[in-house]
Amino acid sequence: MRAEAERRLAWLLCAPALAAMLMVTAYPIGYAFWLSLHRYDLRFPEQIQFVGLANYVSVLSSEVWWQALSNTLIITLGSVVLELVLGFAMALLMFKATLGRRTVRAVILIPYAMITVVSALAWKFAFDSTTGFVNALLNLNQAWLTEHWSAFFVIICSEIWKTAPFMGLLLLAGLTLIPQDLLNAAKIDGASAWQRFLKITLPLMKPTLLVALLFRTLDAFRIFDTVYVQTRGAANTETVSVVGYNVLIARLNLGLGSAVSVLIFLCVLLIAVLFLKGFGGLSQSRAE
Amino acid sequence: MNMHQRMQSVAWSGFGVIVMLYALMPVAWIISLSLKRSADLNDQRFFPEVITFQHYQAIFKDAQFPAALWNSFGIALTATGLSVLLAMFVAYAIVRLEFPGKKWVLALVLAVSMFPPVSVIGPLFNLWRSIGLFDTWTGLVIPYMTFTLPLAIWTLSAFFKELPWDLDKAARIDGATPFQAFWHIIVPLAAPGIFTAAILVFIFAWNDFLFATSLTSTQTARTVPAAIAFFTGSSQFEQPTGSIAAASVIVTLPVIVMVLLFQKRIVAGLTAGAVKG
Repeated sequence: MRAEAERRLAWLLCAPALAAMLMVTAYPIGYAFWLSLHRYDLRFPEQIQFVGLANYVSVLSSEVWWQALSNTLIITLGSVVLELVLGFAMALLMFKATLGRRTVRAVILIPYAMITVVSALAWKFAFDSTTGFVNALLNLNQAWLTEHWSAFFVIICSEIWKTAPFMGLLLLAGLTLIPQDLLNAAKIDGASAWQRFLKITLPLMKPTLLVALLFRTLDAFRIFDTVYVQTRGAANTETVSVVGYNVLIARLNLGLGSAVSVLIFLCVLLIAVLFLKGFGGLSQSRAE
Repeated sequence: MNMHQRMQSVAWSGFGVIVMLYALMPVAWIISLSLKRSADLNDQRFFPEVITFQHYQAIFKDAQFPAALWNSFGIALTATGLSVLLAMFVAYAIVRLEFPGKKWVLALVLAVSMFPPVSVIGPLFNLWRSIGLFDTWTGLVIPYMTFTLPLAIWTLSAFFKELPWDLDKAARIDGATPFQAFWHIIVPLAAPGIFTAAILVFIFAWNDFLFATSLTSTQTARTVPAAIAFFTGSSQFEQPTGSIAAASVIVTLPVIVMVLLFQKRIVAGLTAGAVKG
């Protein structure tokens, strides 16, 4: 009787949140799938018709999609790898620093507090060839945001600045879970700092690292704000999210755009599954 | 050895200073840009030669920025209130109640946290237009509330786990219903955790750009990030760089102050969800 009441209460408490989440994710993605099977262009609303997989064929056979996908992967890989290194260094700094640890932690939170659009604009203005100080500082005459690779450089720099601190904080939390006795014992046994890092710290950090990597990879893959603000996709820097936005909202082609949406969803699903498999392997090796 | 340790400590301090300068540089740059005279905006220097507040006056004379500021505050606060309220219920159920399907609830929360928002803007855009939610506060509150639920649920669950639940049991033995026990005993104790979750959710909603550009079109609901990105400036002959910088400073400083005041809680909240797994 008691258990019955408890169960009913639990579902009652969860119901509003579950309903909201299903309504704003599951239902629209289903609707997106339906739209993606139709010719559905809001500029020609009378011509809606079922076209099967034709939209997917046009997306997958267009160079724009593959270029955007490779751009997205370059930005994701570049920013996540560099962020991991920088974030780890920041975490070690906050962990080791005896003096001013609080100050460092406070200042590191500032990029997290800044609106992404604003940070993207700050970096854009800094590298801009008329308003920026970077060219003057380095004595260069580079049009950073109008050339392919230098635009990537600026985009990745902005992404790293904005999110490395978050990575640092996550990894710091992981670092504090490592038993200090173990490190001290290894030190007494003559292990060097590098050996201790490689053989103790890193393996014990693996779960935290995987979680941090998963969330940052997914986040980086969805990148939209920074690219849109800095280049609007010019200089061949379009990412998949920018393509999706342009087709859906700027060109109002809901059918074609929804095919892009569904493909992005599948990519994210694939990344998540790959990572979760990594977790699975992890818990298995632990159980053994 | 002592010498070696001291050297290490100096090296770490040096690195600390570099990291702090790195974190502060873009903020300092945008502030300095906002204080430059229009004529000096292209002087390619980091610091302004002469300080002026003309850009701040300009953005408040124009109607678009004050409207966007009002929209941002209203929408972010409403979404925060709703998200935290719903997340509180879920976190309580997860931490305190036994029920089959708990695993499914957690799986759905995880799935939503990974969900790409760009995949739903098309359907929401079409849906909102047909039911009249396009370019309204509600049209943004709904997605913000939903996409912040995972963050709020994780943060609150982590905090709820630490609470002295025996008090709740005692109240229930004394005849309080589970809801009374929750509302009168647990909620006041959980206030710091609820506050932390609220800050994190607010920052997310305040920061969003994708929904804001896709689901709004005019001043009635356009929020600050979208307004700044499409700034036209006070006159069409003037590059709006100064106005953009001033608007950026105004929307950034309050959040920075808030984050610095509550840094300990924010760090605890941000890492609560990710590390426990």
